[in-house]
Amino acid sequence: MSDHAHSHGAPPPAAAPGSSTPAWRLVATLALGGAFAGALVANVYQKTLPAIQRAADAKIDGAVREVLAAPARLDTLYLIGDHLSRTPPPGVELRQVTKAFVGFDDTGARTGVAVEASEPGFADEVRLMIGFNPATSALTGYAVLGQKETPGLGDKIEKDTVFVARFRGKVAPLKGTKNSATDAGMVQTITGATISSRAVIQIINHAVALWQPRLMALEKEGGT
Amino acid sequence: MTAPTAAVSKDEPFVPGAPPPAPPWLDVWSGIAQNNPVLVQMLGLCPLMAVSNSLANGIAMGIATTFVLVGSSLLISMFRKYIASEVRLTVYILIIATFVTVADLTLAALFPDISKALGPFVPLIVVNCIILGRAEAFAGKVAPLRAVADAIGMGMGFTLALSVLCTVRELLGSGSLLGFNVLGPRFEPWVFMVMPPGGFLTLGILFLIMGWYGTRKAQRAKEATA
Repeated sequence: MSDHAHSHGAPPPAAAPGSSTPAWRLVATLALGGAFAGALVANVYQKTLPAIQRAADAKIDGAVREVLAAPARLDTLYLIGDHLSRTPPPGVELRQVTKAFVGFDDTGARTGVAVEASEPGFADEVRLMIGFNPATSALTGYAVLGQKETPGLGDKIEKDTVFVARFRGKVAPLKGTKNSATDAGMVQTITGATISSRAVIQIINHAVALWQPRLMALEKEGGT
Repeated sequence: MTAPTAAVSKDEPFVPGAPPPAPPWLDVWSGIAQNNPVLVQMLGLCPLMAVSNSLANGIAMGIATTFVLVGSSLLISMFRKYIASEVRLTVYILIIATFVTVADLTLAALFPDISKALGPFVPLIVVNCIILGRAEAFAGKVAPLRAVADAIGMGMGFTLALSVLCTVRELLGSGSLLGFNVLGPRFEPWVFMVMPPGGFLTLGILFLIMGWYGTRKAQRAKEATA
């Protein structure tokens, strides 16, 4: 600051502390700090990435095994364009490819197919793993991969085991009802969480409608 | 940068606004009790409201906040003489944001479920006013040992207040503690306790108790001197 230049003898009066710091020092402080911070964050990101991806994979795998009732063997199908393939597309990061998982019991019979689907719920996106039999559209169950619904109400779509169990054996397309379900196409919704319940039903309906033709097309080509 | 600890001498020059000298254990205790960031300073109430519906989330949030507080206070105190005061807030936020990112990634890698439950509130520790408040009021003006002592105390004070709130809300709102059912199947959970109104109510009652205790203490002291 220029007013310091003319003050002689006595120390400069109550100037703001450090107000005479030259600009290059300010820039250097910020540049150095930014460089250190950037290097540290990049380093930690690289160190933690494998563990974060492992956790995400384990979550998907756990959900698949849950909705297919602990299958003895799992096959993975890869979606290329709108076409399912048993072999992964070459030269593509497998994590980026949409997959379907086919479960078999110990006799080798197919127990169902698990696919991932997500749509907006009440608060945020609801991500589900949905297990169903492509031949009959009967559900083997669903598991929640991610949701941020209201605690105590909407989050029952994940935490209320009674509600989750209601979907087993139901046949898509489903319809929600506030009373007890009377046929295989109806599911009783949660009191106080109508929108979250409907979101689950809609995600399942859309996923089955989307995936069934793909799976049947693959079956025609040469069985699953 | 050269070893900054070497620059810390026994005869600290006077820093305007610096806290009065005190031994480190008193700095720790002050954060837990008479300067508790939540119950006395009323700072950091947003994360307090947001994550206090289950005890596991609260403890994880408390630990993450304490980690960021200690790390950033130590660094800010070590470099306090090299940080020009014009850019100090920028540098503080830079240091805090770096520690928050490290905490967020570490939490996601080691405890994916807790990280998911806390959601955006871990990255939001950056704007937790307790941390910038302590950096500006304390860590930027004292030697590293005291800065760390203060950060530990403030972190523990925050975790303690958060845990009290979480315990009440999870117990009444879900009938459980740390996910284990304690009140039995015959207890009907007060769902509203895990929702925002329950948080405000519990916090209000907590402040009421603190206020009542404070007035009573003052009254006793007055009677004793009279």
